[in-house]
Amino acid sequence: MKNIKFLVLGIFFAIVLSKVQAISWFRFYEMFKFQSFHMFGIIGGAVIVSAMIMQLFKRGVIKDINGNKIIPRPKKKGVIRTLVGGTFFGLGWGVSGACAAPVFVILGFKWLPALIILLGALIGAFIYGLLSKKLPS
Amino acid sequence: MEIIFQPWPWYVGGPLIALTLFLYFYFGKNFGASTNFETLCTMAGAGKVSDYFKKDWKDRDFALLFVVGLIIGGFISSNYLILDQTIDLNPKTFQELTDLGFSNVGNTYFPNEIFGNEVAMSLKGFLILILSGACIGFGTRYAGGCTSGHAITGLSNFQLPSLLAVIGFFIGGIIAVWFLIPLIF
Repeated sequence: MKNIKFLVLGIFFAIVLSKVQAISWFRFYEMFKFQSFHMFGIIGGAVIVSAMIMQLFKRGVIKDINGNKIIPRPKKKGVIRTLVGGTFFGLGWGVSGACAAPVFVILGFKWLPALIILLGALIGAFIYGLLSKKLPS
Repeated sequence: MEIIFQPWPWYVGGPLIALTLFLYFYFGKNFGASTNFETLCTMAGAGKVSDYFKKDWKDRDFALLFVVGLIIGGFISSNYLILDQTIDLNPKTFQELTDLGFSNVGNTYFPNEIFGNEVAMSLKGFLILILSGACIGFGTRYAGGCTSGHAITGLSNFQLPSLLAVIGFFIGGIIAVWFLIPLIF
């Protein structure tokens, strides 16, 4: 099981998100109301440190575990898909206070509501899959 | 030991999230969370209905293990690492939510008005959760990422699509919190 390290990393990430309160509905409400610096500090800090790490990847200073160059996959382009898709996600995130990784973490806190959100997310992803060829990019 | 049980400040969160991203890439994979929604659809048999889901989910065993880790980590945190879920909210936030009819604002991570078991089983509560979930699932896949994939991985890698996606996240989140929440409650 060489991938068991991802399980450990998942546990670590969940503990970090839980301990900094980045899974709390109240924290996201506060963020979207611009009433607290907390979440902006967390996300901003994560982006700044990650940007430095990305530079080390790009310059080949740090290679992956197998010695290969690390090339983060470019994101799919498209103004409509990112803005409209992003807005849909933001609506769900703002109301339920759950985003994609935290929804799994919240299962460990409040399993029933989190399971319903997750079920909804699977339905949403399924609808996207059905429509993916017809939606503008 | 004291430090483990206290809430961690924001400036600890950013670097530790970045460390997670670093290790994910170091282990040879692209950091993100929302692709798992598609993988779970594939595992549930969505490939029979749509070719979009005809993929080999075993290629994503690493991500599924990460997800299992997230659930275990959440369970460990809620039961053993967070003895007090009080959140130091802005007094303005506290007052607003109390005025909207929320009880025990900031005393726990999750408001009972949305996350209570009885609420989740009521028609209104169930619809709020499942429709929010549907927006999350549809939106993240259409946009091509969530907070992990776009806001953190994409922005730190200077990806323009990620900047647009994050603008979208905030358009949606602001509509939700400024207009929908007062409308629903």
